[in-house]
Amino acid sequence: MFSNLDLQQLIFGRLSLEAIPYHEPILLMTFVVVAVGGAALLGAITWYGKWGYLWEEWFTSVDHKKIGIMYVVLAIVMLLRGFADAIMMVTQKALSVGAAEGYLPPHHYDQIFTAHGTIMIFFMAMPFVTGVMNYVMPLQIGARDVAFPFLNNFSFWMTAGGAVLTMLSLFVGEFARTGWLAYPPLSGAAYSPGVGVDYYIWGLQVAGVGTTLSGINLIATIVKMRAPGMSMMKMPVFCWTTLCSNALIVTIFPVLTATLALLSLDRYVGTHFFTNDYGGNSMMYMNLIWIWGHPEVYVLVLPAFGIYSEVVSTFCGKRLFGYTSMVYATAVIAILSWLVWLHHFFTMGAGANVNAFFGITTMIISIPTGAKVFNWLFTMYRGRIRFETPMIWVMGFIPTFVLGGLTGVLLAVPPADFVLHNSLFLVAHFHNVIIGGVVFGLFAGVNYWFPKAFGYKLDPFWGKMSFWCWLVGFWVVFTPIYALGLMGVTRRTQHFDDPTLQPYLTAAAIGAVIIMAGIAAFIVQLIVSFVRREQLRDVTGDPWGGRTLEWSTSSPPPPYNFAVTPVVRDLDAWWDMKKRGQNQPQQGYKPIHMPKNTGAGVVLAGLSTVLGFAMIWYIWWLAALSFVGLVAAAIVHTFNYNRDYYIPAQEVVRFESLREAQLAERVRADA
Amino acid sequence: MITLAIPLAPTPAGRRQRRSVALRSLRGVALLAIAGLLAGCNMVVMNPAGDVAVQQRNLIIASTALMLLVILPVIALTFLFGWRYRASNTEATYDPDWHHSTQLEVVIWTVPLLIIIALGAMTWISTHTLDPYQPLTRLAPNKPVPADVKPLTVEVVALDWKWLFIYPELGVASLNEMAAPANVPLTFKITSSSVWNTFYVPALAGMIYAMPGMQTPLHAVMNQEGDFRGQSAHYSGSGFSRMNFDFRSLSHQGFEAWVAKVKDAGKSLDRAAYLDLEKPSEAEPVQYYGSVEDGLYAAILGMCVAPGQMCVGEMHHIDKTGGAGRESEANRERLDYDNRRLKTGHEPSGATFPASGRPPKGTVQPEGMMPRDQDLSRGGVNEPKTAPDQGQGNALPDADRGPAPAQLNTRPTERHQH
Repeated sequence: MFSNLDLQQLIFGRLSLEAIPYHEPILLMTFVVVAVGGAALLGAITWYGKWGYLWEEWFTSVDHKKIGIMYVVLAIVMLLRGFADAIMMVTQKALSVGAAEGYLPPHHYDQIFTAHGTIMIFFMAMPFVTGVMNYVMPLQIGARDVAFPFLNNFSFWMTAGGAVLTMLSLFVGEFARTGWLAYPPLSGAAYSPGVGVDYYIWGLQVAGVGTTLSGINLIATIVKMRAPGMSMMKMPVFCWTTLCSNALIVTIFPVLTATLALLSLDRYVGTHFFTNDYGGNSMMYMNLIWIWGHPEVYVLVLPAFGIYSEVVSTFCGKRLFGYTSMVYATAVIAILSWLVWLHHFFTMGAGANVNAFFGITTMIISIPTGAKVFNWLFTMYRGRIRFETPMIWVMGFIPTFVLGGLTGVLLAVPPADFVLHNSLFLVAHFHNVIIGGVVFGLFAGVNYWFPKAFGYKLDPFWGKMSFWCWLVGFWVVFTPIYALGLMGVTRRTQHFDDPTLQPYLTAAAIGAVIIMAGIAAFIVQLIVSFVRREQLRDVTGDPWGGRTLEWSTSSPPPPYNFAVTPVVRDLDAWWDMKKRGQNQPQQGYKPIHMPKNTGAGVVLAGLSTVLGFAMIWYIWWLAALSFVGLVAAAIVHTFNYNRDYYIPAQEVVRFESLREAQLAERVRADA
Repeated sequence: MITLAIPLAPTPAGRRQRRSVALRSLRGVALLAIAGLLAGCNMVVMNPAGDVAVQQRNLIIASTALMLLVILPVIALTFLFGWRYRASNTEATYDPDWHHSTQLEVVIWTVPLLIIIALGAMTWISTHTLDPYQPLTRLAPNKPVPADVKPLTVEVVALDWKWLFIYPELGVASLNEMAAPANVPLTFKITSSSVWNTFYVPALAGMIYAMPGMQTPLHAVMNQEGDFRGQSAHYSGSGFSRMNFDFRSLSHQGFEAWVAKVKDAGKSLDRAAYLDLEKPSEAEPVQYYGSVEDGLYAAILGMCVAPGQMCVGEMHHIDKTGGAGRESEANRERLDYDNRRLKTGHEPSGATFPASGRPPKGTVQPEGMMPRDQDLSRGGVNEPKTAPDQGQGNALPDADRGPAPAQLNTRPTERHQH
């Protein structure tokens, strides 16, 4: 490498002006839109002088509520990007049939489907779920923050750093053309030289640090910080699902990190873990990545199950049916999810015993999952169901999800999988469970907890519009895609020779437009609700007749969450308190010990992102510099003893009496 | 069946009747919809032509039916409970503290359990009977393989992005088209030259991965004559979408005629021809090879077709006997395989900027791709491929000298000098 050493290479590595796709109309348009939008946003922030506010109140915040909201904002932004990829894919497919070529050449199309999968899982679903867990779980267990508030801020910024690297690949260089799990040998140095796979690796590695740390953080919070009286079996189900989900995160993300590290070693220093030659074994990567990848599915869906449980119980005005079996079902699903990874590659040629074993373990998961669905059903039984927006999402979820479960169990039968694997049937299946299970759950959760976070409800009309567009759009997209799978059509194809497929592909494209309307309706819902916030205002802190502790405090909750730490006597603690007419004490407040904001998370994650960028482009001096900076910043941060402060008792009194006054005014107005 | 097990408040008989009618009509609609789907003209997975695929199809139908036993009642109950216990229906019982019933919990765990026991048994048995590693025992239902019938062996090589079929017993080979006599058991030996693919003829049998340096088997039989589609089902790079082939299922005479036609083609597939063929290319026309060099498939599997290469098996043998001494370094050179394209100045199948010398996104095709349609009215925006980055104005001047090595751990010699 030193033979053609020159200055440009020394300074810029393999980065050159050529890396900017200024001759590609689609990219140029996107860039212009992003640049104009970004400039407008930054300009507006500067114009209104909000930089200080954002930095002080949000970016450096260690408050789990603000971090949770930032996670969700990141997820929604990335949803737009990931969905733009989806629209490009379906339109390309609908256009590229027979003699027509569509508008995306294969090498560009291949980046799009890789980016779609990577972004939707790592930078949409994960931050969304993490954000909701972050916001809700500490409130539900009556805690004032998570166990490690700084770590929480750092985790968020690492996730954001990974997202930045992934987005950067749009405008500087390109993204991987390997599919979202980057199977070697295709993703190896010999078959994918260039920056695409490196963007993938470093984006995920940077974000993965954040995810792992956040998992540790939330587990510690649940284990150590529950309100007095809240034994594990008195925890809300959402906390249980959060616990199981994070237990999975902590066990599987190190596997992902190690797997990607081995792939990086193959790519950067010429080792042969996954190459064809020198005894490398690409089948090992397949196993390792799915040992991460399958539990990951449950990392996403378990918290969604928790959301459904909370929503069903609240809107049926009824205690959750079969709480204990719900908890055990969750734990069993989490444990079994470690034992099924091989079903992602039955067709690799393991023997019949191995395939049958993993097929059957996969099916067993459907038993606790089935029990959960029945528990939701029997919570509705003899309830008083109010079909507010969150509950409607649940009603859409159950039929959609059980059909996705059906196709999933079908794919778990190895000989059936032999004809359906890698087909569009498989694509339809996992969208069926991820959209029908995870995304529907997250929308239910957003509609349910939004009034807690912002003090006003979301507009129900636009919420219902969004729901119907999503539900109808989903089935319009994926029914033809299921059918295409049964026609033997494989995934990741940029072109179809057979013109008879076009009607199905066109139908799917129309469905995608309906889903787009659903996303637009959601954005409109946010805007309309903000505009109408005074009509939608909730001063009680308990707009739905909630059952769990988060509804016992004001909306939005004060920085300290609870003026007085609640004492729990029963499951559904807040319901129990309301039933017993228990009121919060009006006096005797004490100063509250709170963690202090710090910019260290932003600095560390920023340096990690720069390190990733430098490694991607072989800018060795920058990599070394940012690495040294990273270590130095971490050491400096350990000497920061100024980490906490007390909210004086008068402040608490002031805040609480303000709330009392608002409530009293509300009661007067009602009377 | 679930509905009967619930300790329901006494329901008027009429209502129960109506519900079961609703359930039945729902099931009817579902069956109709499924039948409608099945009737679709080209649902090859549901209407295959080979005995293995037929058994796989039957398994899909049986397991779906088994699961619908619980799925349909769940969906029906969702709407039923949703309707009956809506807040505005004040007549319905409201029991806010009812949250436990041991009998009911036993039922809701047992019903899925029973279904999974049945499905698990089906899975265990079918996974063993339809194991692609096992030679066929039957040609069709109630039609065991006759003792005197010898299976036809086909060696399949997935190349970037085309399929090579070698018939070792017949000494012929073909590209992007394979033929086989109907009702004769087929034994496939499958490998790949560079990256993973899957060998998949939907009408014939399930798929199996094609992996470089490894061999996967597949046993199957085609019961009908006709032309069927074969493809790769595992993404393998830019030309993946066009990595299709024709599977011709012929009568005995037809197959003999096909073999004769292939032999007449006269071209021979030797190592040099294979190395040329192996370079990435897309949408290759069908080609026939009247003769095949001895040991070519073994060399492909051993990743040692190129002159001077050491086969993996040989290395294994050396390792087994305790490894070599100082001469290992020379062996090392001879085992190098993955980097062969970078070394010879060819773009690897997944090459991205900057190693490829193409601009990162846009219109210049990767090497080996067929020319793309330029006619906008037909929906094409791609430009035809000439040599990458030469005189098209897409690359900066001197871009091919490159600011940096394509990859750290390779020694790319002069790229783009073809």
